[in-house]
Amino acid sequence: MTATVNSQSVELAGDLDLVRARARARRRWMVLFLRIAVAVGLVSTWELGTRIGCYGSDTATCLIDRFYYGQPTGIAAQLATWVRDGTSSGPLYAQIYVTLLETVLGFLIGSALGIVFGVLLGRVPLLADVAGPYIKALNAMPRVVLGSIFIIILGFEIWSKVALAVVLVFFVVFFNAFQGVREVDRDLVSNARILGANPRQEFGHVLLPSALSWIIASLHTSLGFALVGAIVGEYLGARQGVGLMIATAQGTFNANGVYAAMLILAVLAILAEALVTRLENRLIRWRPNTVTDVTF
Amino acid sequence: MQQPGSQALSTDAAIVLRNVSKRFVSPEGKAFTALEGVDLTVAPGEFCAVVGPTGCGKSTTLALISGLEPPSRGEVSVLGRQVKGVQHSVGYMFQRDAVFPWKTVLDNVAAGPRFRGMGGGEATKRARDWIARVGLSGFEHHYPHQLSGGMRKRVALAQTLITEPRILLMDEPFSALDVQTRALMENELLDLWAATGASVVFVTHDLEEAVALSDRVVVITAGPGTVKAIYPVNLPRPRNIQEIRFEPEFMRIYEEIWSGLRDEVLVSYERAKHLLAS
Repeated sequence: MTATVNSQSVELAGDLDLVRARARARRRWMVLFLRIAVAVGLVSTWELGTRIGCYGSDTATCLIDRFYYGQPTGIAAQLATWVRDGTSSGPLYAQIYVTLLETVLGFLIGSALGIVFGVLLGRVPLLADVAGPYIKALNAMPRVVLGSIFIIILGFEIWSKVALAVVLVFFVVFFNAFQGVREVDRDLVSNARILGANPRQEFGHVLLPSALSWIIASLHTSLGFALVGAIVGEYLGARQGVGLMIATAQGTFNANGVYAAMLILAVLAILAEALVTRLENRLIRWRPNTVTDVTF
Repeated sequence: MQQPGSQALSTDAAIVLRNVSKRFVSPEGKAFTALEGVDLTVAPGEFCAVVGPTGCGKSTTLALISGLEPPSRGEVSVLGRQVKGVQHSVGYMFQRDAVFPWKTVLDNVAAGPRFRGMGGGEATKRARDWIARVGLSGFEHHYPHQLSGGMRKRVALAQTLITEPRILLMDEPFSALDVQTRALMENELLDLWAATGASVVFVTHDLEEAVALSDRVVVITAGPGTVKAIYPVNLPRPRNIQEIRFEPEFMRIYEEIWSGLRDEVLVSYERAKHLLAS
């Protein structure tokens, strides 16, 4: 008798798990469906708005004026044109390549400088005290204005954009590296010293790994800043790049062109973010996975 | 100037603190006396427990013996030599987890020998041996965050003991563990210690733990800390932590020490209340 009851309850429990798993799967599909529905809804409302209420060829009479606000089909057509015929400054892939190159170079150089100076100032209090006010002043300044200086000094080629990206990235990484070195757990340092670590080992086995988790956290932000630096730099003056495409589209009142370039940038940013996340998981395997991606 | 007797004592003893004081200066410039005129001698192979109310300078005592902190006044010597900085003969287990979170269990345990210049192969071999001794075989490639609190303590124990310290300093190492895990770890510590013959200074605020583990219990007064009294614990070894608590002799020693400790705990409690009130 009891045996039957037990097996029944086991079966029930198994069923319950199955039901829950199914509910979870159903919910995932529903979320995906709703997400797509939102995109389709927004885009088609936009498209419809640009086609309703128009008198003749005067776009200003439509519900949404496509001359100012663009039009999804127009954006798609613009993208197709760029892919097929290239942009006014050359083939599309070349523009993307240049912007990516500037972003990556700015990111790498800025991060390297930020880490070196952050660790140095974190380790040498006298240096930190002396340099402190200058760094705060530089950080308080809206640094994109430096873009103009860099273009005057370095010209229209990629290096003026790289320099702007470097400046933007540097401060983010610098402050994190500085903090990371300062916030190192005193007990860990003591433990390393008791275990026989010399100052060099103390640095390599305790300070650097400790600061690394702070630095990695800053890389997400700083990669975004690198892209901003590259785009703004190109916008201020360039021969190639996605930022230049936006500037050109703006100059010819081509709203579709601006949106199309934005779309390209969004895709680039998402890909870059995914890359940093992979790098992060590789570099700090030792950390519990606290960052659970809420978007996927 | 020294008397012949004290000379002989200092060469025989593993640890000697003579009239040691330690003052800290806070960032605001206020001086704070942690220890005042402490005299303490620990014999080779002795297990000495130090108890006292919170904030009485127990941990400071360990920092002075280890050489992490210099004394403000007085003299600290270990194995007959005056302490000037960290030395290889000392092992130290911290209250909080001090294992390196970015190293695997194996690398954590091998850290000491590696720091001291041992080759990778040999250090790994010895680390595996110690991991087995603390019962963590199979977890060599886990990271600390993947282990339970008790397992992390085992890693710390292996990390400390692999350097074969002749002086073992322990700062409330098991205070964060649940009661059962704690008793297990205490038994294991006694087994491992018996094999090493090291002198132990074990700081705790738990009198029961102090009596169960040690040969001698030192009671420190509420801060500034001085040695109030020293009680011998003449319980037979090997001991079983879970069972020794029921021995009549254990109860008697416990009560004797508690009567001395109680006043200090009350003083420290009253002070804490005052601080809160003001």
